[in-house]
Amino acid sequence: MNALLLAMLLVPAAGIAVLYLLPQPLAERSATRIGFYAGGVVLALAVVLACVFKYARTGYQGTLDWNWIPALHIRFHLGVDGISLPLILLTALLSALCFFYSIRHMPEGGSRRSYTALLLLLEIGMLGTFMAADLILFFVFFEIVLLPMWALIASWGGDGAKAAANKFILYTLLGSAVMVVGFLVVFAYTDSFDIAWLTVHARGDVPKSAALTAFALMALGFAVKTPMFPLHTWLPDAHTAAPTAGSVLLAGVLLKMGTYGFVRIAVPILPQAAPTYAPALAAFGVVGVIYGSLACLSIARKPDGDLKRLIAYSSIGHMGFVLLGIGSLTTVGMNAALFASVAHGLITGLLFFLVGGLKVRVHSAKLDDIGRALYRRAPKYGVLIAFAAMASLGLPGLAGFWGEVLALFSATKPGSGLRQGSYIAMASIAALGLVLTATYLLAVVRRVCMGPAATASEEPVTELTAVETATWTPLILLTLLAGLWPAVVLGITNPAVQVLMKGV
Amino acid sequence: MTISSLVQNVSYAQIAAPLIVAAGAVAVLVAEVFLPPRRKPLVSWLSLLVLAGAAAPDIALWPGRTVGTFCMPRSAVGLYSLGAGTPQGLPGTCSYVADRFALIFQFIALAGAFIVVLMSAASMRRDRIPTGEYHFLLLSSVTGVLVLAASRDLITLTIALETVSLPAFALVGLKRWSGRSSEAALKFFLVSVASTGVMLFGISLVYGATGNVHFGPVAVHLQALSGGPIRHLAYLGAGLTLVGFGFKVSAVPFHFWTPDTYAGAPVPIAAYLSVVSKAAGFAGLILLTGTAFSPLLNKTGPLLAVLAALTMSLGNLVALRQRDAVRLLAWSTIGQAGYILVPLAAHDQGSYTKHINASIAYIIMYAAMNLGAFAVVHSVHTTSLDAYRGLAKTRPLASAALAFFLLCLAGLPPGLMGLFAKVAVFGAAAGSHLVWLAVVMAVNVVIALYYYLSWTARLFAAPDAATAAIGRSPATLRFAIGLTVLASVLFSVWPQSALGAF
Repeated sequence: MNALLLAMLLVPAAGIAVLYLLPQPLAERSATRIGFYAGGVVLALAVVLACVFKYARTGYQGTLDWNWIPALHIRFHLGVDGISLPLILLTALLSALCFFYSIRHMPEGGSRRSYTALLLLLEIGMLGTFMAADLILFFVFFEIVLLPMWALIASWGGDGAKAAANKFILYTLLGSAVMVVGFLVVFAYTDSFDIAWLTVHARGDVPKSAALTAFALMALGFAVKTPMFPLHTWLPDAHTAAPTAGSVLLAGVLLKMGTYGFVRIAVPILPQAAPTYAPALAAFGVVGVIYGSLACLSIARKPDGDLKRLIAYSSIGHMGFVLLGIGSLTTVGMNAALFASVAHGLITGLLFFLVGGLKVRVHSAKLDDIGRALYRRAPKYGVLIAFAAMASLGLPGLAGFWGEVLALFSATKPGSGLRQGSYIAMASIAALGLVLTATYLLAVVRRVCMGPAATASEEPVTELTAVETATWTPLILLTLLAGLWPAVVLGITNPAVQVLMKGV
Repeated sequence: MTISSLVQNVSYAQIAAPLIVAAGAVAVLVAEVFLPPRRKPLVSWLSLLVLAGAAAPDIALWPGRTVGTFCMPRSAVGLYSLGAGTPQGLPGTCSYVADRFALIFQFIALAGAFIVVLMSAASMRRDRIPTGEYHFLLLSSVTGVLVLAASRDLITLTIALETVSLPAFALVGLKRWSGRSSEAALKFFLVSVASTGVMLFGISLVYGATGNVHFGPVAVHLQALSGGPIRHLAYLGAGLTLVGFGFKVSAVPFHFWTPDTYAGAPVPIAAYLSVVSKAAGFAGLILLTGTAFSPLLNKTGPLLAVLAALTMSLGNLVALRQRDAVRLLAWSTIGQAGYILVPLAAHDQGSYTKHINASIAYIIMYAAMNLGAFAVVHSVHTTSLDAYRGLAKTRPLASAALAFFLLCLAGLPPGLMGLFAKVAVFGAAAGSHLVWLAVVMAVNVVIALYYYLSWTARLFAAPDAATAAIGRSPATLRFAIGLTVLASVLFSVWPQSALGAF
């Protein structure tokens, strides 16, 4: 098991090496397939990891600890536990699906070799972030993600891609640079970057005032990534401009790196500072819920509303629930945040794939260009959109439901030191957001799927292709599984969350 | 008292490196005169040999613990310290100490000059630079850096610093046919002379207040002065001395000579100024703040903190607007100098000694990446940033190298070296309770990313009319780029080698 984590990072690296060692024409031709093989092996390794993982045990498993830079006390320390396992699986799955999808649907813009190499580098960064058991190693992987995603958006993206890519990388870098200052403030008092050790000892070693500073700095970094309401402005542009695989991974995995940071690092390591900021996190989360839904509503009503942009804004709303869960500082809230993260990864991943498919068909993601009556023009595709929309609006029985309901539930009984009254008020407002979410998603379904075809000029839309079916089936099945049997995720996360939240 | 007790004993092993380079400088100048014109390029090889040879005694010194040479004899200490304090208890009255610190900076200087010679080897004739003079001046300046890093008294420090600077003016102006080159040299000369004047005045005040020139005794006396009436004189002296070094490392507000000088100088000389000469400036700053003026850390610390914040902010902001590669690198080195100053801004002795290795490691890593970037720029001939559009199509390897160096300078993976250098500096700031400075630096890192990244993006964009049409670069230049890439990759995967050096 110890070699497994390292292997998951080395396989994509080996893929990159192969891509650049092969002669260029050959590499160019077979790039996406090489990418898929690497991504497939990583997914297989992730499945093996899930099989050998000891679910009864808490704490890191499969650790690998190597004294990398003694001068800075930085260790190459990997590990996996109940909090990171679901996210690692999600990452491996979505990456493999993106590779598979790219074999047939390579976006236009540049060489296949660079595209695949960037996706592989991205996968290393994403997996490493969830595996790191050392704060600086976490930061390194957190940063590795930036450059490939920037390049994917800038080179293979749509209109305004350059500006969107720059906005993405500058915002996120500002967040992560400030975040690492937070880590180093903690280090100044503890002389350690070991996440597990800090979770137990930092609360005693870091004085309150320093803890407040450090938490604020870290939270800023995670909040940009999540994104939290006033820091979200990079997200709609980046998601809209990115190529399909980029949007899927951006929404499906990258946003979760922010959530993960809160759940794994900020709250458990600095519990003495958490209650000061938790109400703000929750409040901004709720604002995000309402703001995201209203923005979506306005896009859904506009004639030239962009469906991709709509899904991007809906992410802000969904991540608002995640923040509400974290802000409650309870085990229920943390579990809700993790569950909602995984669910959002599956559902939004699927939605971005679907919009990407529409973009391939009608060369636009604008609602008007897509036209009406998909049920008639491409029944299976239409039903799939409706399914994804239902999952996204939190229909009971699908994955979107549990995370958001648990987040609301956690807010009614917030952790000690937090005022219950204000949290109940916030939960009520967020519940209103749930209704708004349903409103705009139903509006989209009505506009795109239902109704008579408005004009004869609306071309028939190609039905689901085999590649698409194969790519999306795992997401659909997992959305159903997580919705019908939430214990499959909560059973993994809960023991680990219990340990982390001890004494918060 | 006998005469023999006043004679200083000299350990030639310790001063071998500067001696070799100084002798080599003369040898190169003479050799060039006797070589037939066809054989002139041999001079470059001779210089490389001298620089490599000078590293040998330093390597031999590395494992040992050196006590220094040119020491005051015990019996003379009393004479020398003008009666203040107890002479016997005075530490460190050696003028030249080849300790770990000195050796690190000597290695930086030798390796940096080695790369610079390699860079310029093939372009001497093209730029119509007189070969003999060029190498003589370069090696003389390197001698100064080698001595400066090991100097432990104010006089040696000043003379070493002048030995670094005087040949550098001439080097900047060596493109005698170019008006810009002469202007750059003149500007550099005037600023440098003014800063030396200020520094000398400062040193004379410090000497007047403490009666000493050796760093150790100066520190002891400054400590003893803390309540005395002439302490303000000493503070003023220390401040003015630091200002002198502020010019050398182009800290804001003493930076304005930098862009013009770099742009006018031959590119390899700009690289030399930005790395080796700047490293010398930092060596001096660290020596002064860390030893001689260490009792004043609570006063120099806040001053340097503000200086660091100003330097990085102005450097990076102005770099945003540059359209010329060398000017952009010039402003970026100002920004980078701001980061290097951060660990020096510690307010107390404890945090200072704990974190100063962050500065030293940053300088080591910065030397590798900055020399590399300059080497690639030199290989592209034109310096307009627009000429870099689509360079990846015609020169994939050089573009990949430049992209890597720029990402290292930005501190973004895969440029891990720069990332760890910045983490070390952030750590120093957080550890010295200068969180505000760390946050200012974080903002600066983001600003800097923008211009490094847009340059990188240009490399991989589609070529257009402005793209420089360039063939293969000469082998020596490719070798120089290769060496810097190698060093940067080494520091990226094994950062301990730089971070644990001191």
